[in-house]
Amino acid sequence: MNQILILFAHPKYEQSRANQALIEHIKKTEGVTIHDLYQQYPDYNIDVYIEKDLLQDHDIIIWHHPFYWYSCPPLLKQWIDMVLEFGWAYGPGGNALSGKVAMNTITTGGTREVYCSEGYNHYTIGEFLRPFEQTAKLCKMDYLPPFSVMGTHRLTENDLGSYAQQYSLLLEWLKKGDLGTGERDNCQFINDIPELQIIPST
Amino acid sequence: MSGNFLFQAVIYLSAAVFCVPIAKRFGLSSVLGYLFAGILIGPFVLGFIGEEGEDILHFAEFGVVMMLFLIGLEIEPKNFWKMRKTIAGMGGMQVFLSMLILYTLFYFQGYSWQASLCVSMALSLSSTAIVLQTIKEKNLMETSFGSSSFSILLFQDIIVIPMLAIVPLLTTRTIQGDGGHSMGHSTFLESLPIGLEAFVVLLSVALVIVVGRYLLVPLLRLVAQTRLRELFSASALLIVIAIAYVMELVGLSPALGAFLGGVVLANSEFKHELESNLEPFKGLLLGLFFIAVGASINFNVITNTPIPTISVVVGVMAIKALVLFLVAFIFKMKTDQRILLTVALAQVGEFAFVLLSFTNQLNILEQSQLDFLLVVTAISMTISPILSLLTERWLLPKIGTKESEERPMDRVANKQKVIIVGFGHFGSTIGRFLRANGVHATILDHDSNQVDLLRKLGFEVYYGDATREDLLESAGVGEADLLISAIDNPDTTLELAGIIKRKYPNLKMMIRAKSRYDAYQLITMGIDSIYRETIDTSVRMACDALFQLGKRKYTVYRQGQNFIKYDEASMRRLAEERLNSEKYIFKAREEIAQQEAQLKEDLKRLGGLNEEDQAWDSEIMREKLGTSNEET
Repeated sequence: MNQILILFAHPKYEQSRANQALIEHIKKTEGVTIHDLYQQYPDYNIDVYIEKDLLQDHDIIIWHHPFYWYSCPPLLKQWIDMVLEFGWAYGPGGNALSGKVAMNTITTGGTREVYCSEGYNHYTIGEFLRPFEQTAKLCKMDYLPPFSVMGTHRLTENDLGSYAQQYSLLLEWLKKGDLGTGERDNCQFINDIPELQIIPST
Repeated sequence: MSGNFLFQAVIYLSAAVFCVPIAKRFGLSSVLGYLFAGILIGPFVLGFIGEEGEDILHFAEFGVVMMLFLIGLEIEPKNFWKMRKTIAGMGGMQVFLSMLILYTLFYFQGYSWQASLCVSMALSLSSTAIVLQTIKEKNLMETSFGSSSFSILLFQDIIVIPMLAIVPLLTTRTIQGDGGHSMGHSTFLESLPIGLEAFVVLLSVALVIVVGRYLLVPLLRLVAQTRLRELFSASALLIVIAIAYVMELVGLSPALGAFLGGVVLANSEFKHELESNLEPFKGLLLGLFFIAVGASINFNVITNTPIPTISVVVGVMAIKALVLFLVAFIFKMKTDQRILLTVALAQVGEFAFVLLSFTNQLNILEQSQLDFLLVVTAISMTISPILSLLTERWLLPKIGTKESEERPMDRVANKQKVIIVGFGHFGSTIGRFLRANGVHATILDHDSNQVDLLRKLGFEVYYGDATREDLLESAGVGEADLLISAIDNPDTTLELAGIIKRKYPNLKMMIRAKSRYDAYQLITMGIDSIYRETIDTSVRMACDALFQLGKRKYTVYRQGQNFIKYDEASMRRLAEERLNSEKYIFKAREEIAQQEAQLKEDLKRLGGLNEEDQAWDSEIMREKLGTSNEET
């Protein structure tokens, strides 16, 4: 069974309905470690040793964060800067993360429609997430399409509930391993793979 | 005489010491223990005390007065004002409905209408002493059962005054002899015309409020400055006794006066100090009161007329229960709370002793009727705690609705309780910061000038020495979520930490330590959250020094944070070695060397030492990647 590490970075978690719905729903899942970065490092002083140990103990790394200004909140960037060290995560002899899986879980205010060449954000989510994709690849990790909860301002409690349910389906699927390659790479969002479809409750 | 007094004291105290722990062992309230102690030493079992039991009863009623003062202390005036509807509504309905039914019943039993009226008044009242003592013991004051009971009982305390005033109007004969009861009669008040009477009542209430606010608090402040504990106890007693005396003088209920006095002082800084001083007196007097009730049960009446006695006890309690159930239903109480209230207040209370004896003196009631009714009262007071216990153990588990289930959420939100001990410069910074974030802590300090000043600045500060368990108790340490010690004196800190560790092992404690050595002691006591008062400031100063010397601020700041982190960790490791001084020095040197090595390592990551740096555009990186200029 794969061990999952969720690196959760949200500077205003108290005010985020969407992320509360997701985290509350999955926080007790077995085999999943939620590492709340803003809770752990309010002073941004990341303990590299602890973080490296955590990475080594898990097979799947999820960067879970709101999509602030087309990227992640600063502490997660600080985490990437500090923890993924040269000679450990990449570069000569840097094989610590080789063969692991990485992906993003993001929440955005804008809907799917506005993230395309015709929309007002002009680029797709996939294009915006390129730095993460390349970071994963440089560290010899397999990068999956993002799990996205979009248009959060307009989601009802019910909508959020089904996203939360879908998130836990995703975690179960990731834990089982056997992630395949074909179909999921054709999806822009991992939400769309057949394994994560839930019958909407009426 | 004094030998006799000592003998009596020995009898009362040993009965209490013997019976109450047994009652407690069986999970019963202490009230029952005292009552049985009274029966045991009374004239009909062991016969240690005889008729003087009645005098003791009147003396011990002062315990009720004290209890109401203490309850008043816990009710802030604005909350009291909010309760006025429940007090008048529930209380009024309970008293008048019960009176109506009881009156009809006794009238048709052949009592004269005057006697029936007096008896119905006396029997409609419940026992403040029993009910409130039990509620406080079980910590139920916050439930709707607790607050409704309190409202009804308070109304009864108020209504008993006009009741006592009405009784003399029902007879044409003059009073024979003066009983000298605490619930006074033929007072100054009754000699006045009605209009003036109301004026005097209002005046005396106003007097209690004004004196309480403008005279007592400054007086207590003066007393506090002497730092003599017994003087404070004396002042506390003086307050209660003086209020009771004044009230009795004008013919008002001393209990009610004391309650008002308590409410007035509820906002003062001496609240907890007063509580902890009066608590033992109240406990002892109430205990004595219950013993006296137990001892006054005339078992001759029971053996002579067993069936009438039992049927009247059952009948009166059933009627009162029915009325209470109805009142609770009208006021929309939950089923379980309604049943608790019904059972708890069904007994006849201590006011009945007073009212009935008074009625007898006025010749409205015959001696045999009086004896009979006094027995009924005492029996109902004795079985009432038993009934409550049975309800709680057997009846309630069978009924679903539990009030507590709905509450936990808002309790957590509104009632997180934080206590700050010591409110000098250190503690007040903590208090201000917490307050800015919406957390209102209960603050204790032992410097009464400081307390006065802080109160003027708008803090809820109480005067008192926090190493006294009783004071901590009345400040609510039992229900607190967090205790913050910001005490300056290291010995006091250790003492407090010891008390909390021993008595409230589950309470989360955060402790200010003066130095590394005090911190070691706290660590050995098993305390986790220790805050050395100088570490943060000195490191911050060292960081600024490095900045002055030209180092980059961010790097220095990070190093400072890491320094604190490593120093805390090494302090915990060193705590074990501190007793062995030679080993300590060796270990400490080792730790310091290790800390410095670790900080150097961190510095490399931050890019602060160019020659050794391994991350981000370092020599090594360039070497290994060949000529690439890219960072990644």
